[in-house]
Amino acid sequence: MQNERWILPDGIEEMLPPQAQMLEQLRRDLLDHYKSWGYQLVMPPFIEFLDALLTGTGSDLDLHTFKLTDQVTGRQLGIRADITPQAARMDAHQLRCDHPSRLCYMGTVLRTRPDGFASSRSPLQIGAELYGHAGIESDVEILSLMIDTLVMSGVKDIHLDLGHVGLYRGLAQEAGLNEAQEAVLFEALQRKAETEINTLLATFDITTKQRDMFASLASLNGNDAIERAHLLLAAAGDEVKQALNYLQSVAERVKQRLPELPLHFDLAELRGYHFHTGVVFAAFVPGQGQEIARGGRYDAIGEVFGRARPATGFSADLKQLFQLGSAAGKIPSEERILAPASEEPALQQKIAALRAEGFCVISTLPGQSGGAAEMGCSKVLEFIEGVWQLADAE
Amino acid sequence: MSMTFDTPITIALSKGRIFEQTLPLLAHAGIEAVDDPETSRKLILDTNHEMVKFVLIRATDVPTYVQYGAADLGVAGKDILLEHGGEGLYEPLDLNIARCRLMVAGVKDADISGRRLRIATKYVNSARAYYAAKGQQVDIIKLYGSMELAPLVGLSDLIVDLVESGNTLKANGLVPLEHIADISSRLVINKAAWKMKHRTLMQLQEALREAVEKDRGE
Repeated sequence: MQNERWILPDGIEEMLPPQAQMLEQLRRDLLDHYKSWGYQLVMPPFIEFLDALLTGTGSDLDLHTFKLTDQVTGRQLGIRADITPQAARMDAHQLRCDHPSRLCYMGTVLRTRPDGFASSRSPLQIGAELYGHAGIESDVEILSLMIDTLVMSGVKDIHLDLGHVGLYRGLAQEAGLNEAQEAVLFEALQRKAETEINTLLATFDITTKQRDMFASLASLNGNDAIERAHLLLAAAGDEVKQALNYLQSVAERVKQRLPELPLHFDLAELRGYHFHTGVVFAAFVPGQGQEIARGGRYDAIGEVFGRARPATGFSADLKQLFQLGSAAGKIPSEERILAPASEEPALQQKIAALRAEGFCVISTLPGQSGGAAEMGCSKVLEFIEGVWQLADAE
Repeated sequence: MSMTFDTPITIALSKGRIFEQTLPLLAHAGIEAVDDPETSRKLILDTNHEMVKFVLIRATDVPTYVQYGAADLGVAGKDILLEHGGEGLYEPLDLNIARCRLMVAGVKDADISGRRLRIATKYVNSARAYYAAKGQQVDIIKLYGSMELAPLVGLSDLIVDLVESGNTLKANGLVPLEHIADISSRLVINKAAWKMKHRTLMQLQEALREAVEKDRGE
């Protein structure tokens, strides 16, 4: 047992050099990029009262959240499993701005069980949210930023999946499904389990037309799904049609902006159904069984914090993007310089000057083992002709 | 029906009944194994299409391989899917093969009323969900095989197991008592593969659907 103290819990990772430095570089590049789009950085707390964390996202996050009791108030605390609701709370309650606001964030979240995100329980969540505008333009902006994030991480061969939760929600409302019916049908639709879907629909008291429309959702995917949906869902009401037209407009804009990006539609894909209110999207790459970045519109979430603001955003696990992308292969090419162990003022001045220029200077420690090569240094500081000068390491 | 494959496809299958009954369906889609799994020790089997490979794994591992994208699609019994939870998978087609029932069975006429029951099963999640829905508190004992033995030696009061003909139960003096679910094998497809290899997988799915319906008609 003594020897196993170093073992980390399941799904908890650490980053070693030089990967940690490369990941940090990617993090800085991405946050700088978001800044250039006008996204302001926020740093929400790691831990909060549980009810604030779970509001608006409901049961989706409850089981994923680590919980503990606050010894001061006796209330339950939760460690964030997702930063999005925190950003929404900050926008609705703290910032109270009437204009569009753009926020971005980066931080570790904890999840009680691994899911989608590469089986990690401690993803480094990075994301951006746009509040205060309900429309195609803000969705497309967020979507573009998500694709930028993947491209900057060096992820290749990205496929985009688009859907809209308004289709299912609209159909369920028109058919007058109760909450329980909506939930079981939703569950079967997520698995595209045709047999179960048809068995369930047969037990519902709805018209044949409504039954056919629900059943068609499971097959409405592919790059021609929208055209087929216009035919198959022709009998649906306004909400469904508006959702379909909205999705089509988003897709057209995306095609215009990113003509090379393979687009796929899935009208039964309802990830984050309890939370999202409009268009939803996700990015896939070959070799990964699940999505690597996701996002969508969630207009109502701020309401419980005082203000219902339209909202759209995306998030991803930066550690996963780092591993998938070529950013991980970029070995930092910085030159390291080894300085002798000495307190001589002239040497110390030279070292300070080099460091101020951005060089990495390592001071030899008295009696240490290893020379320039072992310390990863290609240059050394030597006292030549009365001055400290750089020389090639032997 | 002949298909062309422009992208590599890996199909996860389990040896035995599912493999035997899936092969004719795949043959309808024009896919045939080159190696015979009964004589070959290979775990990756070639097919008549260069792009299509079979991987042979344990039945309980099929959902895991497909979920993580190690295989693009596979064939898994509904019993396995119920236990696995089906997360991250699509199960669009009931292949109508390897049919059986998930049932509660026990010793004939045994008096087990009025106490907390011990249930021996390989299907822990399904058994727990079934008794929870009935509003009955039970203790579940996880076993890996030969469930029929458990009630005979007093390890459990009842078992939850797959029943095909009922002969194994009968031979051990047990009787089927309650029906939990009808089981058959499903086509399972990885989420990401569904989106990125959409055209090929939809074609394959259509061919399999045709084969299933043809079998049903006969």
